[in-house]
Amino acid sequence: MNRYIRRASVFGLVLLVALLLNAARVQVFEADAYDANPANRRTALTRYSQPRGNILVDGWPVTGSRDSGGRLRYERTYTEGPLYAAVTGYASQVYGTSLLEHAEDGVLSGTDPRLAPVPLWTDITREQQPGGDVHTTIDAAAQRAAFAGLGGKKGAVAAVEPRTGKILALAGTPSYDPNELAGTGRAVTAAWDRLNRGGEQPMLNRALKQTYPPGSAFKVVTAAAALDHRKVTDLDAATRTPSPYTLPGTSTRLGNEAGGCANASLRHAFEVSCNTVFARLGVDVGLDGMTETARNFGFNDADLKIPSTAARSIFDTDMNDAQLALSAIGQYDTTATPLQMAMVAAAVANDGEVKAPHLVDKVTAADGRTVSATRQRTLHRAMSRDTARRLQELMTGVVTRGTGGSAAIDGATVGGKTGTAQHGVHNEGTPYAWFISWAKRDGARDPAVAVAVVVEDAAADRADISGGGNAAPIARAVMQAALR
Amino acid sequence: MTATTADAPPPGLRLPRRRGTELVLLVGAVLISVYGYIDVGLARQSAVPGDAVSYGAGLGALALLGHLAVRFRAPYADPLLLPIAVLLNGLGLVLIFRLDLETPRNQAAPTQLVWSALGVALFAAVVLLLRDHRVLQRYAYVSVAAGLALMIVPIFFPAVNGAKIWIRVAGFSFQPGEFAKILLTVFFAAYLAANRNALTHVGRRMWRYQFPTGRVLGPILTIWLISVGVLVLERDLGTSLLFFGVFVVLLYVATGRTGWIAMGLLLAAAGAAAVGSLEPHVHSRVSDWLHPFASIDAGRGAGQLAQSLFAFAAGGMLGTGLGEGHSALIGFAMKSDFILATFGEELGLVGLTVLFLLYALLVARGYRAGLALRDPFGRLLAVGLASLLAIQVFVIAGGVMGLIPLTGMAMPFLAQGGSSVVTNWIIVALLIRISDSARRPAPPAAEAGVIAAAHPGGRSGASAGPYGEEDTPYWSGYGFGPGGGKERER
Repeated sequence: MNRYIRRASVFGLVLLVALLLNAARVQVFEADAYDANPANRRTALTRYSQPRGNILVDGWPVTGSRDSGGRLRYERTYTEGPLYAAVTGYASQVYGTSLLEHAEDGVLSGTDPRLAPVPLWTDITREQQPGGDVHTTIDAAAQRAAFAGLGGKKGAVAAVEPRTGKILALAGTPSYDPNELAGTGRAVTAAWDRLNRGGEQPMLNRALKQTYPPGSAFKVVTAAAALDHRKVTDLDAATRTPSPYTLPGTSTRLGNEAGGCANASLRHAFEVSCNTVFARLGVDVGLDGMTETARNFGFNDADLKIPSTAARSIFDTDMNDAQLALSAIGQYDTTATPLQMAMVAAAVANDGEVKAPHLVDKVTAADGRTVSATRQRTLHRAMSRDTARRLQELMTGVVTRGTGGSAAIDGATVGGKTGTAQHGVHNEGTPYAWFISWAKRDGARDPAVAVAVVVEDAAADRADISGGGNAAPIARAVMQAALR
Repeated sequence: MTATTADAPPPGLRLPRRRGTELVLLVGAVLISVYGYIDVGLARQSAVPGDAVSYGAGLGALALLGHLAVRFRAPYADPLLLPIAVLLNGLGLVLIFRLDLETPRNQAAPTQLVWSALGVALFAAVVLLLRDHRVLQRYAYVSVAAGLALMIVPIFFPAVNGAKIWIRVAGFSFQPGEFAKILLTVFFAAYLAANRNALTHVGRRMWRYQFPTGRVLGPILTIWLISVGVLVLERDLGTSLLFFGVFVVLLYVATGRTGWIAMGLLLAAAGAAAVGSLEPHVHSRVSDWLHPFASIDAGRGAGQLAQSLFAFAAGGMLGTGLGEGHSALIGFAMKSDFILATFGEELGLVGLTVLFLLYALLVARGYRAGLALRDPFGRLLAVGLASLLAIQVFVIAGGVMGLIPLTGMAMPFLAQGGSSVVTNWIIVALLIRISDSARRPAPPAAEAGVIAAAHPGGRSGASAGPYGEEDTPYWSGYGFGPGGGKERER
């Protein structure tokens, strides 16, 4: 009988080996695949098992964490949710993350390998790192001024520091409170449904992710192209432009809102915003020259990250002369984000250099150690230094003598450009009011701020909508805050 | 080589008792368990659990009780059996306590502790009261009757989670099939010990194969069919599989006929095919095994088996550490059938290997006792009980790790479940008793067993002890007891 007992025990050994091999298969060889399965909630559980790092404005956190006691334990809180929603985005157990919460998620949730003090050892021990902090470039006063200025209107503001590319304000209205989306519960799904219902789109980041026809504000780009390509050499010389101007190859006649545009000088055409002069200048520069200049300002760039990706601003590269003429005054299919138009103003103020706009100043680990700091970087040279100087002169003229008078600030040099963009079928939509500007404190070496404001207020009387009337006061408030 | 020289220990060699070894190992087992308990507390509440001392004292008292029973009544018993059982039971309590933290309104550890205490008490009772395992041989038919009755009773109670294996009286649930395992194993061992010659040598010969007579085969097949039938009705396929496995192993060991195994596998395949296609419960288990992520692909989230695999994978090589895994995602049955997933997640492949080796050691010591013993019943009983543990561990561990289709069963000692813990303690008590006999120095009468090979009937070692086979006449009335002819061991 012993032989058979021994054989039976060998059978037991076979079972043991089978179990051990299978355990190694599941726990070692196929573990990564199981870990990565989207239905495996462990990643989420680990992520929410500790407080999330904070997003800071002017060194003060605008976010926090609340211990919900639930399985997805720590929930996000926002101190001034609607004010900073366009900067922070939301962090939700149910709907994931957006904007800065999304772009810097690795740091905030503690999974970024750079947070580990001893990287390789931490890999082995699988020690979880506490979340790091993200320091933004936002200037609280400028942000407040932008948000308050927009008030009940639909619109957006982007403000950058021309010299560095630091984004000082990024605001959009209507806004929402990301507090409502943090956590799990039924209230979160209800809030999500409510925010996504209807046409208000409060979760749309209008300053970064929405493009608008820039209208006359685009004339800054056209003027830069004309000056750089030497189609205009003397700001005060008469341009031989008829008013109205017949678009090349068509019988369509383009008119002006302002007077005195026939054969107007570039200076006058800029200050009162003559369509005819700029449409003809665009045709004079030609498609290649115009697209080159537009690209150097940042148009047609699909990869602009601040670190969230900005929507692509478009200047068409395949047009006939009539379309080019309309595009040169910011119509036809030219569109731009408020951030892009702020970059246009900043390029002028910064003597022609476009700095990469960025929202994150630095990232620190929980112990205060700096993990990374964003260095300023030049994206392109938009125009020659000389052209930039002359454009500065033109833009200051708009504020001192032209359509942008309501942006003037005592003790500072302010340059601006208004825009009123028609859109919709037969231009029946409510026009968008634009104002782009920059400001330099008197006696200062560098410009302090460049701003772009767009107001798309459907409630306003159509006649009242103009860059100078609606958007310039907001820009002025933001510039004042940034100058302080 | 004659059978007897292989079966009997060399005469005159005095085996050490090793009770001191057992005591040291027991202390180690209790300390490891208490360490685990403290570790869970530190991981989850950053504090040593308040009742760590009482937990340690309780487990220590149970271990001491078992040790004293063994020391007084089974002094030659294998010193590894009791410490392994205590360690497994202690770790089980730690895991259940740890999982209780996930379900604050459903505390299972206190109940499990009570059942463990009852199990150790029964262990002590068996060791103290059962002086010789051969007594059980007399009660073979009583055992089988009681076993079948225990299995049939739950049919009259409502099903719990699809299986009719529970008796619920006054909020007290109980799984009688667990005890039936021991009773049926005792029966199989006794019957096969008595009839192995008839099974091997008597009957018609067809071509190259010897078929036993219906008289020999009849009772055993009938009882086996009834037990399997009842279990299919109750949808407890794990236990059914277990019986089948133990039955085939014992049949093989008793007769040495590989043909039995082939036939057993054939029967098993046929049964599995029939049940798998006809029974929706089993059918879904098989398809879950083949496609553990089907419910994820269908957008219904991870099923229980997928969650279990995720847990094991999360453990990786070294585990997350006690208390720091997320096996609670498994939800229902995480403390019972799926408790191994928590073990795998929090202690990793290393911990799981140690656990499997502990079980393997327990099983190996059972086989070892069987090898050293001289009476066929004792040998078969030892092999049967050891196989019971081995197959049970394989079936449930293989099930929750996706090696074989999942059948609901308890990980011995580890899983939540009163009847299971108590049953396993009784199994260990019987193994202790058997190993005591196996290692006990042979009395002079037993040394005469050396000549047993020449004795007609070949009842090797039967003359040892007060309950020789002559004293167990239950088969004599059937007329197919060990027939004449020379005993052949191989």
